[in-house]
Amino acid sequence: MRVTLTVNGRRHQADDVWEGESLLYVLRERLGLPGSKNACEQGECGSCTVRLDDVPVCSCLVAAGQAQDRDVVTVEGLADPGTGLAPVQQAFLDAGAVQCGFCTPGLLVATDDLLRHCPQPTDADIREALSGNLCRCTGYEKILDAVRLAAARSGETAGER
Amino acid sequence: MTDTTARPRTDGGVVAPAGGAVGTARTRLEGRDKVTGAARYAADVPFDGLAHGWLVLSTVARGRITSMDTAAVLGMPGVLGVVHHGNAPRLHPAGLFGPDGQLQLLQDDRVPHVGRPVALVVARTPQQARAGAAALTVTYAQEPHDTVFRAGHPAGRPAPAAPARPDADLGDVEAEIAAAPVVVDQRYTTPEEHHSAMEPHASMARWEDGRLEVVDSNQGSFMVARVLATLFGLDQEIVRVRAEHVGGGFGSKGVGPQLVLAVMAATLLRRPVRVALTRRQVFSTTGLRPATEQRLRLASDSTGRLRAIDHATAAFTSTIQEYVERNTEASNVMYAADAIRTRTTVVPLDLPTPGWMRGPGAAAGSFALESAMDELAQAVGVDPVELRLRNEPSAGPVSGLPFSSRNLAACLREGARRFGWADRDPRPGTRREGRWLLGTGVACGSYGAGALPSTAAITARADGSYTVSVGAADIGTGARTALALVAADALGVPPESVRMRIADSRLGAAWFAGGSKGTASWSWAVTAAAADLRERLASVDRVPPDGVTGRGDTTDAIGALGKQERQSYGAQFAEVAVDTGTGEVRVRRMLGMFAAGRIVNPLTARSQLVGGMTMGLSMALHEEGARDEALGALVNSDFAGYHISAHADVPDIEADWVEDVDDSNPSGIKGVGEVGIAGTAAAIANAVWHATGVRHRALPVRLDRVLESGFPAAR
Amino acid sequence: MREFAYQRAGDVAGAVAAFAAAPGARYLGGGTNLVDLMKSGVESPERLIDVRGLGLDAVEEDADGGLRIGATVTNSDLAAHPGVRRRYPALAQAVLAGASGQLRNAATVGGNLLQRVRCGYFTDVTLPCNRRVPGSGCPAVDGEHHNHAVLGWSEHCVAVHPSDLGVALAAFDAVVSYETGAGPGELAYAALYPPVGDTPHRETSLPPGALITAVSLPAAPVAARSRYRKVRERASYAFATASVAAALEVRDGVVHDVRLAFGAVASRPWRAHAAERALTGAPATARAFGAAADAELAAARPLPHNGYKVPLLRNLMVSVLTELAEEAAR
Repeated sequence: MRVTLTVNGRRHQADDVWEGESLLYVLRERLGLPGSKNACEQGECGSCTVRLDDVPVCSCLVAAGQAQDRDVVTVEGLADPGTGLAPVQQAFLDAGAVQCGFCTPGLLVATDDLLRHCPQPTDADIREALSGNLCRCTGYEKILDAVRLAAARSGETAGER
Repeated sequence: MTDTTARPRTDGGVVAPAGGAVGTARTRLEGRDKVTGAARYAADVPFDGLAHGWLVLSTVARGRITSMDTAAVLGMPGVLGVVHHGNAPRLHPAGLFGPDGQLQLLQDDRVPHVGRPVALVVARTPQQARAGAAALTVTYAQEPHDTVFRAGHPAGRPAPAAPARPDADLGDVEAEIAAAPVVVDQRYTTPEEHHSAMEPHASMARWEDGRLEVVDSNQGSFMVARVLATLFGLDQEIVRVRAEHVGGGFGSKGVGPQLVLAVMAATLLRRPVRVALTRRQVFSTTGLRPATEQRLRLASDSTGRLRAIDHATAAFTSTIQEYVERNTEASNVMYAADAIRTRTTVVPLDLPTPGWMRGPGAAAGSFALESAMDELAQAVGVDPVELRLRNEPSAGPVSGLPFSSRNLAACLREGARRFGWADRDPRPGTRREGRWLLGTGVACGSYGAGALPSTAAITARADGSYTVSVGAADIGTGARTALALVAADALGVPPESVRMRIADSRLGAAWFAGGSKGTASWSWAVTAAAADLRERLASVDRVPPDGVTGRGDTTDAIGALGKQERQSYGAQFAEVAVDTGTGEVRVRRMLGMFAAGRIVNPLTARSQLVGGMTMGLSMALHEEGARDEALGALVNSDFAGYHISAHADVPDIEADWVEDVDDSNPSGIKGVGEVGIAGTAAAIANAVWHATGVRHRALPVRLDRVLESGFPAAR
Repeated sequence: MREFAYQRAGDVAGAVAAFAAAPGARYLGGGTNLVDLMKSGVESPERLIDVRGLGLDAVEEDADGGLRIGATVTNSDLAAHPGVRRRYPALAQAVLAGASGQLRNAATVGGNLLQRVRCGYFTDVTLPCNRRVPGSGCPAVDGEHHNHAVLGWSEHCVAVHPSDLGVALAAFDAVVSYETGAGPGELAYAALYPPVGDTPHRETSLPPGALITAVSLPAAPVAARSRYRKVRERASYAFATASVAAALEVRDGVVHDVRLAFGAVASRPWRAHAAERALTGAPATARAFGAAADAELAAARPLPHNGYKVPLLRNLMVSVLTELAEEAAR
């Protein structure tokens, strides 16, 4: 079947998509966007998290057909082409929240969504909101720092306005 | 390969002057690629004409393959071939450290355990390969199997001695125990555990112009290439292995089954083949930490001074490769005692071969030793921190060798101060918050340090840049960034002028990212190359267009090293809350103080240590491979069933270090990859005792175990 | 995964007709369970009928205090709905206690009710499992059953129902509405899952081809004072070891109304009728709560390695009821 969808603001069309493919597979293997990672393929780790119609989901559990005509944002679409890294990306980099980097794309999408809905989260908010994103390297502490840092910076920016 | 340049922090961190790069916090060189999704891992790299291989795993625990219906699968859409023991290339004996039976894949019809690869289905797309693999009917002649580990198993046999550390036999353990007023004699068990790096193993292999090219996910491309060449009978010159970005390893990413099978398929089908494992396949085929059963006998005088340490451990291995889990290492070096004895037993079973998993030996060994020390502290009536300080040795307790540096006492004292240990009521069960009982615990850990022979080259360019080429691996450790800092200081230039090339077997002989010895080994070689380059640059007026290259090889220098006890040390403190109604254990805070030599990059080193402590927390409370005894199969081989700590499990956690000068190698580096997990589980279990009054000698400290053993000390 | 077809249904009648026309079809909601099981080979439908576009995604508040929840309302939307939070707080808490944010964003109410068990023998197609392959055996009975059932199991299957949401639905007498080719129907949620018996593969009592369209909760003033508590090895993002949904109304120190259901202890969310009967009219004291728990758990038959679930459930029930009673007394 043919699947047409918008990814990171661009219309994409994939032909001969097999119905059994996941959105993650379409992104990685057909659209050349391997930023979203396949670490468990069963929704248990969050490494494949993308925003689907503005809501973060595990793209490994979205059937390709379900993505038809929908809007997808991946880690590749977080950065603003004009201004460089997105605030969450810069914060993850600066705080040392990135180690092997394999969970990072999903965490960034999840964090970006958390801060959109909850600009000043408590530590408990952060821990619960990101518990669907497993990480084996960092021990999460630096990830927590990064989210706090991103929140603080956006708070400063908001304050300057 | 991307060339990357060191950048200073962008959050206001000071850019160090030339010569002061080591010791300053630096964000990682490849960080930008990782946060934008641009970093390419082994399964991310496209190739023209790429075919995909899918593993078929054995479903019986012991037996022989009697038939395999490949014809039906070969007729399926997209299927290009099936590799199996009837057509696979013959392999030569090879392995990272001697011949490894695990790598002899598809060589015969024997099935040594559930989850052994028995075929690879190759197709045009991953789904077609997967469908083919699912459809491949394999029949087996099953044989009786034995997969149930216990220390007294009749198949158990003494492990061969470690080359550098034979079984300890200091003094007369039995006489000391018989004469001592206080004796702790307990058994401790730890379960099968799985590395669970986030990136599943993946490899791409292709033949190009008579050369074998591999894109892999591994912990040391040079050593992997050497094994691959030997295995397939190739000249190592024609084998190139790269692993630019690796999504974690923790010991599991040596020569993976996916790599051997990808090379087989690429050889047979004459096209590029990628084999990417599923999570379930990772659980089955890429090693594990074996279950252990350890007996610890500690004897002391009435003040807690140790008279005897008797540490006997048993762990399982497979029937195709002997892996020894060396749990007794720390008992040789942690504490002074009149008599020390260590024994290690291996029990070969019809199970997958275990392997190094973060803190191999030490993670499980420290649980037993440091739990027993806590029990001794309780029995003697001495504070557990003080007990350890009283038994601080001045030289290797068994070897008699001097410590290159130690500073465990400093870790204990500084950690106790920061944690607020002095305010602790030693009696268990005294702190309560609603339905929660609170407790605190301490434990120590160590892990062997050192460097292994490696080579490096540094090329100075006319534009003022320096390219460091070293066969290092960065599996998330920050090695790439750390080595840039080491090179900058060794060259006396700012880190911004250093470019790094790593993770390519063509860069020359280099040690693995393993044993906490990667950064120390590579740094030494980089330092040597820098010295060579500076000499060469001194003799030229200007850098010629093709640059000037200096080279380093540490083989001779390392061979000439004097004998010393070299370890990283740590003291960990934990506070837990235990729900008296449900048995749930939640860790509230943890502090680790470490003596780990020179810290090259505080930002990434701290992450390594905190990550190790978190894996220790996970080990203490969650991780357990559940095997069906009748089937020999793992029944929780996914992340829904095999729990690793999630974000909400990890509390306020802090890792820091004390000054620790080790001048036994020029960089002073000891390694931070493993010591973070050494002692964590004991600190948490000791804290659970302090909360509840019950000793938990079996990991993980599950809520059912806590609930069923009750809360006798609760006031 | 085998070859299969995917189609989006435009309306309920069309979905039901498409299902009837395609043997081996499955309705697809959020996909969080079905797509996973398709990859592992546990499920191999020939046609997926995507039902998320049927307009079943609203939560309606009845004037009398009840709720009607559309089958494709996502877990996230359900938990965030003010009417749910006000009228049935235990329901919102149960939903939020389940899975992760990403999964709750995709998972639907209908799909949640029909999710399959998480038993390790069921999810690995290389292992025997009566639920997946009738007659192949249940190795969990003598094997790894540390987190399996203590109530209502049979030797043919000892797996537990994994839903958190369902525990609250069981406590509040939910009714499941469905559509078939022969017209609409209703089924008490309590009757949705037949006893395991010797047919563990028969997982629901819905007529063949039925599409769940809504779940209704009758008005229950007691539910406004309700709570869901989940015990699990991880602090978040783990299936329950045991859970309790409870609602309590106390008048003059006496239990006037009480609802109780247990999760992760049986093949279905377990409504604790015996405990409710024992408590109604009893003093709202920890002693009475404990006696009521004992009345319910008298029927428990733990397996060799999950006996802990009995005291765990007792403690959990007493603890949650005590909290509710204390709050009511304030």
